[in-house]
Amino acid sequence: MEHIRTPKVEQVRLLDRFSNKTTNGTLYLTATHLIFVESISNNSASAGQEIWILHHHIASVEKLSLTTTGCPLVLQCRNFRVVHFVVQRERDCHDIYSSLLRLLQPVSYQELYAFSYNPKQNDQQREEGWQLIDLGAEFERMGVPCDQWQLTDVNRDYKVCETYPRDLYVPITASKPIIVGSSKFRSKGRFPVLTYFYQEKKAAVCRCSQPLSGFSARCLEDESMLQAISKANHNSRFVYVMDTRPKLNALANRAAGKGYENEDNYSNIRFQFVGIENIHVMRTSLQKLLEVIGTRSLSMSDYLVGLESSGWLRHIKAVVDAAIFLTKAVTVEGASVLVHCSDGWDRTAQVCSLGSLLMDPYYRTIKGFMVLIEKDWISFGHKFADRCDQLDGDPKEVSPIFTQFLECVWQLTEQFPQAFEFSEWFLLQIHEHVHSCQYGNFLGNNQRQREELQLRERTHSLWAFLMSERQNYLNPFYSPAYSEAHPVLAPSTLPYNFKFWRNMYHQFDRSMHPRQSILKTILTLRENSRKVEGTLQALESRLQQLGVTPIATSDPPAPPPTRDQLSNSNTLPPRPDSLILGAPINHKEVQRQEEEDEQEEVGEEATESTDTERTVEGSSGTESRKQSYGELEGTYNTELAKEEPAVVSLEFGVARMTC
Amino acid sequence: MEFSDHIKTANVEDVVLRQPLHPPSRGTVCITGHHLLFSDREEGSSRQVLLLLRNIDAIEKRISGSSGTITIKCKDLRVLHLDIPGMEQCLNIAHSIETLSCLDSVSEMYPFFYRPPDLSLHNQWGLSSPEKHYSQIKELHDKWRLSTVNSDYSLCPSYPPAVIVPKSTDDDLLKKVAKFRQGGRFPVLCYYHRKNGMVIMRSSQPLTGANRKRCREDEHLLQAMIDGSDKGYIIDTRSSQQAQQARMTGGGFESKSSYSHWKRLHRQMERGKALQESLIKLVEACGDESHNMDRWLSKLENSKWLSHVQTALSTAGLLAECVERDGHSVLVHGSEGTDSTLLISTLAQLIMDPCCRTLEGFLALLEREWVQAGHPFQQRCAHSAYSHARLQQESPVFLLMLDCVWQVWRQFPLALGFSEALLLRLANEVYASNYGTFLCNSHQERCALGVTENTHCLFQALLRPMERDYYSNPLYEPTELAIWPSVHPQSLQLWRGFFLRWTEHTRQLEEAQEEIRNMVIEWGKLALSDALSMNT
Repeated sequence: MEHIRTPKVEQVRLLDRFSNKTTNGTLYLTATHLIFVESISNNSASAGQEIWILHHHIASVEKLSLTTTGCPLVLQCRNFRVVHFVVQRERDCHDIYSSLLRLLQPVSYQELYAFSYNPKQNDQQREEGWQLIDLGAEFERMGVPCDQWQLTDVNRDYKVCETYPRDLYVPITASKPIIVGSSKFRSKGRFPVLTYFYQEKKAAVCRCSQPLSGFSARCLEDESMLQAISKANHNSRFVYVMDTRPKLNALANRAAGKGYENEDNYSNIRFQFVGIENIHVMRTSLQKLLEVIGTRSLSMSDYLVGLESSGWLRHIKAVVDAAIFLTKAVTVEGASVLVHCSDGWDRTAQVCSLGSLLMDPYYRTIKGFMVLIEKDWISFGHKFADRCDQLDGDPKEVSPIFTQFLECVWQLTEQFPQAFEFSEWFLLQIHEHVHSCQYGNFLGNNQRQREELQLRERTHSLWAFLMSERQNYLNPFYSPAYSEAHPVLAPSTLPYNFKFWRNMYHQFDRSMHPRQSILKTILTLRENSRKVEGTLQALESRLQQLGVTPIATSDPPAPPPTRDQLSNSNTLPPRPDSLILGAPINHKEVQRQEEEDEQEEVGEEATESTDTERTVEGSSGTESRKQSYGELEGTYNTELAKEEPAVVSLEFGVARMTC
Repeated sequence: MEFSDHIKTANVEDVVLRQPLHPPSRGTVCITGHHLLFSDREEGSSRQVLLLLRNIDAIEKRISGSSGTITIKCKDLRVLHLDIPGMEQCLNIAHSIETLSCLDSVSEMYPFFYRPPDLSLHNQWGLSSPEKHYSQIKELHDKWRLSTVNSDYSLCPSYPPAVIVPKSTDDDLLKKVAKFRQGGRFPVLCYYHRKNGMVIMRSSQPLTGANRKRCREDEHLLQAMIDGSDKGYIIDTRSSQQAQQARMTGGGFESKSSYSHWKRLHRQMERGKALQESLIKLVEACGDESHNMDRWLSKLENSKWLSHVQTALSTAGLLAECVERDGHSVLVHGSEGTDSTLLISTLAQLIMDPCCRTLEGFLALLEREWVQAGHPFQQRCAHSAYSHARLQQESPVFLLMLDCVWQVWRQFPLALGFSEALLLRLANEVYASNYGTFLCNSHQERCALGVTENTHCLFQALLRPMERDYYSNPLYEPTELAIWPSVHPQSLQLWRGFFLRWTEHTRQLEEAQEEIRNMVIEWGKLALSDALSMNT
């Protein structure tokens, strides 16, 4: 709190990024959030709108030069929100600016929000939350340990590799000396270990870091390690070694005593480069993309040219291509694959997790996706702290590697609308919290560090929170039957299948989004139909009690396709009392919530009112904007873009967070 | 000349058909006067492909040894391959297709021969007309009248016989105004905005010419339009530079000095050849199977198609803004007033008027704004993106309109009463059809050929119960409000359903849409059975 000089500034104007719209309000600075509250004015129906910005979400804050109307302050957030305030007095602006500068660069983990965040849970609930995901059980699900693969305790105390988890799975023929020897020959000690086991063909996906081969060095233990992986799979006489880097990068590494496997030294390997660029290229690429799409009055040509020159979609495609290569090798050829890049925690994590997602329908469920992230990203030491800039650190270490992974998954959900149990909202919410530092899951760079920080004791788990909101993340088109018929997904990577992910990169730019959401409508409809179904059943049993044979049930209505997926038929979980970030966008939202609450009380009778509620969502904005028509006299000549007539429903997924 | 003169080989056996989304199949090809028929030889699987020859945009033949391959590129963007044994047979078939697919004479076209058992030629033709439109809007009757001055098409050959004009203008005045507007397309009403009584009128450019000719009657007519209001807008679908240049060729624009109550807004919209070339480039890009992301994006950009979509939507938005938000009447024109003018007046009505968003209302809108208003369909849609024929009057304005409507549908999936399937169907029908609706270039031509007497009406056919079910939007929820589309490039998308229609992954999306329909229907039943059990 000592960093906050001015906790409240009045008469601040919020400028819309893409139109001339401005909003007046008051800015509050708290220990955790920057809050903008729109002032109640008589010509705006959306008065009272609140914007909550978590300090951890702010990537940069910039003070622009003084203008006649005040002092502009621009905030760029990691969840791609960009806000532009104009503060009347320069001094206030400077105070906020310098407070923010300090607040958004925490120096120790203890300063992070997760350590003060308290969702009113007792210790037992918290503990249960952390137990939701169990990686041991996950390996059992894959069929490991088995006759060829075993759990090793070599890293029990993080002695062999401090960025790996304690529990690691290796071929049974890989003895301790082999493991230790191999780890000494691998960058950061990250020796080859199992990450996914494709039971049907007994083929394994293993991961590691690059070998310290330099120009000629070799290591017999490492060679035996690969031999052991190869032998553990009787289906194939060789093992693929996928170096996910471009060849040039791998070659350059040789000069630094690192490099890649020499096929002459390793028997039975097939070596393959797949050419995903490094973290620096990815960082620059996203920066370029954001620059382009942040341009006002962007023309279609500039947009497409910018999209191309940023290279972003090319990189996304490269990751998906690599995952497809991996999937084909494993599922079609039945070969085991060893994946690595340089340190084996960025590109390797992307490729292994995306490949597993393509191979195994389980990872395409809500729970399974959590497990996948927990396994390939959190436990295997993707450096979330560094990549997401959790503490004030080296800007060169920051890179949107995980965001890319989420986007790859999104691209797949677009291609296979029926294959995923979760919707886009789930991905967006995960992205939100990877950066929010509100939950302990993503803090730190590896498991060892997390244990030292006692995250399980001192913070809460995101997975438990997301699970409690599971209903909100369901994809209504999900069909388990589809997954049964297509256990392995074979996406097309023709360029036109990759689209710009507007709902991610323009999450907070309402004017960009569709004004009505099919997804939300379907969810509401399904909710209604479930309630109706409940009533039906109640009535039927009532009739049976009365000894009447119901006529209407002679043709029982077929259940909606995904009904069997819903474990409990409760209504949406009640909203938390206080909302952050997703705090009601306008009074309609509040009103809606009240309606919802009412419904819960009234029960079945209210089912019809939800129907109308959807129209409210779709059109309320237009009504509220009627007052502003007058000001448009001059706007359409310069501004082609229309103001949004209706509220987008995205905040439903993204923005709801408990305080 | 008989069709049979063009058919030297009517039947070929043992032909292999390769087409997207299906495994190759072997069977018999048969050419008739209007169709290419392929039927599968295999027992039990009696699969047939019936292709309207009019749908074929271009063919390529490749002869190797004693057999040949004909590649058929359709106007609906499908590409088929026929492997035909026998060189002569192959050449004969190719020749028949080439000739019969582009017959010039309208009365020889298939709509005049199409006689399905469930349709009668005595059925009602069409959904809307200026007369009907006028009688439906009672509010109009105070200040507007229906004029039959064009009943013999002498004022304007491309207008229908009846048009809606201000009451204070008589037919003599209209005759003079018609002479002052290109092609005689004098300003007529096309939309009345009930909420504020403002209107949209459309016309062609005034023939002011290099020496700034004036026409008092034209000025009077425009003044009568905004009777009682302080000003009106003119949206010119050309840039002001283009409008200036048009004066050199006898055209022009409404100058400030002569039309002092009018404010001109210029928006440059692409038309004609440039639009056709844009379509050709886009389709070419979509057919590129190389895995190069940069190339794809650069080709997509280079085609400019999405830029045209953006411009069309934003100009329509501008028009709607003038009427709905600013509360003023608008006159729209470009040069001829038969293309981009109709495009934006259609879109603006869709944005503002809830009546145009139902299945029936939308079809009626298309009938009024395109068919009756004289969009020269025959010239514009003679060929599509694959044709090697030299471009003449072809231009995919109607297709661009459908794309824009699709973009609106994407952004307001609940507000439109029709589905994407309807837009796709229309995109096919406009190029090759069993129905007479899109034949000819104007009302006059259609009358001369007896189109309404001798062909069936597409719009009526689309409203039959089965079709109506299929083409309506299961999620439709009428809203009285205007639906303002976002025109940020990030908000617009390539219309995959059309341009990438014949790819595997579009089919997956179609399945998902089908799923929506099924779910909603199921839920509907559920609610119904619930209501039933309540009653019992």
